[in-house]
Amino acid sequence: MIREITIGQYYPADSVIHRLDPRVKIVCTLLFLISLFVQNSLSGYVIATLFLVFVIRASKVPFRFIVKGLKAIILLLMFTVVMNLFLTKEGAVLLHFWIFTITENGLRISVFMAIRLIYLIIGSSLMTLTTTPNALTDGIESLLRPLNRFRVPVHEVAMIMSIALRFIPILLEETDKIMKAQIARGADLESGNMIQRTKAMVPILVPLFVSAFRRANDLALAMEARCYCGGEGRTKMKPLVYKRQDYAAYVIVVAYVVLAFVAGRFAPLHIWIF
Amino acid sequence: MEMIRARELVYEYEQRDDEGNVIGMNRALDEIELDVRPGQFVAILGHNGSGKSTLAKHMNAILVPTGGTMWVNGRDTKDPRELMSVRQSAGMVFQNPDNQIIGTIVEEDVGFGPENLGVPTEEIWRRVEDGLKSVGMLEYRTHSPNKLSGGQKQRVAIAGVIAMEPECIVLDEPTAMLDPVGRKEVLRTVQELRKRKNVTVILITHYMEEAIDADAVYVMEGGHVVMQGTPREIFSRVDELKRYRLDVPQVTMLAEELRKGGLDIPKGILRREELVQAICRLS
Repeated sequence: MIREITIGQYYPADSVIHRLDPRVKIVCTLLFLISLFVQNSLSGYVIATLFLVFVIRASKVPFRFIVKGLKAIILLLMFTVVMNLFLTKEGAVLLHFWIFTITENGLRISVFMAIRLIYLIIGSSLMTLTTTPNALTDGIESLLRPLNRFRVPVHEVAMIMSIALRFIPILLEETDKIMKAQIARGADLESGNMIQRTKAMVPILVPLFVSAFRRANDLALAMEARCYCGGEGRTKMKPLVYKRQDYAAYVIVVAYVVLAFVAGRFAPLHIWIF
Repeated sequence: MEMIRARELVYEYEQRDDEGNVIGMNRALDEIELDVRPGQFVAILGHNGSGKSTLAKHMNAILVPTGGTMWVNGRDTKDPRELMSVRQSAGMVFQNPDNQIIGTIVEEDVGFGPENLGVPTEEIWRRVEDGLKSVGMLEYRTHSPNKLSGGQKQRVAIAGVIAMEPECIVLDEPTAMLDPVGRKEVLRTVQELRKRKNVTVILITHYMEEAIDADAVYVMEGGHVVMQGTPREIFSRVDELKRYRLDVPQVTMLAEELRKGGLDIPKGILRREELVQAICRLS
């Protein structure tokens, strides 16, 4: 059961989107997210939808994989929609019963909010689905490098992230082993209420932590033995280099942002209340 | 000039009680003298707690002596300015295969050492390929280390050391956590490396069989070097070895018992074929 957890889900495929530089994907995802939140018109969302469909097609990631990511936010989504729907008091009243009032504005805001959230999740999971965790860390490191000037240990943070990614499967396996060992000794992990079950986790967490620290110590020794001494003077085996497709991607995304903005401003496209 | 040289090497550490107060000094290494010439294969044998791993860590300047001196490739390991070149000269492979692989992909892990040394990108790729080829793991270059067997992981770790182009490889019980298949795999890799690259190999182990092909064997006990010589000399002193809680190879053991039983069999038999020949000569 514990093995089903996957973090930084990556969908391996050979597509243009997969081959893009991770920096491009990170920056473009951010641009896309910003464009969603400054958008407030139907035509803008239509363009965003077309753009998303275009990118999903280009990425060769099956649609159901992308939708899976939405499951995690269903509660948040419902909460936002309900709140916006019933608590917005401005505008003409559409429906009124007992203490609930739905106004035109309320409906409009809640629908737009839902679209924003859904597209936000689709957009960002598209990034993680098409980028290996390693490439993602490299991209983040390279994008945040200017922060070095403010004494932010960018390289170290990126190194920590990639080591964490490397050890997730190892520690999961270890947790599994410890659980079995404790069950074999008569530990009861399944029954009882929340509190009892949480308490039952202690004999699993303690050995897990001890072993994690031991591993960390070993790993630090091994890194030092291989001449690791921080980011300074280090070269890269796989340096990030912008290629033509990366510039093209920037151009396309910027064009989309401009188009969506202009369309929202000058051709807002009104249908009923939207 | 010796590849590795130790003179009156002492390593002490403080022994603390539960509250962290110093209750005494522990001497893990006591007056060690060691000479390893370039290209040699040296095995260091010893039971748990004999100080053999502590000694290994001195060769890579992970630990520095509290007394005496250790030179690696002519450089004093105590000198902080020489730290990086000492670590580059004497690559180290550790016991636990999982805890020494840093990369999430095999080739990235092998590239980790050269990256740290500031080697240019094209050169890193050449070294990674060369390193993986020399341990026979080239076809796994894009795999995740988590999917490999213990022996394969250990070979990747060796490739990672090779990629730093060291003059000497120190293997600290590289086979202790492996199954028999993995052990053979790793030992064969080390032998082939020695032939092909002419690197100095220092193998720390408690399996006597692994020391048979060594040029010199050191036996450690309680922080001292208690025996020293060629494998044949060492293995002919069966009773002494047993006193240091080391298991003599089965063939040597059998030959010794036969000799004690009155048969005319020479001392220090290491391989099965030798024993067969010796027995055939009897009749």
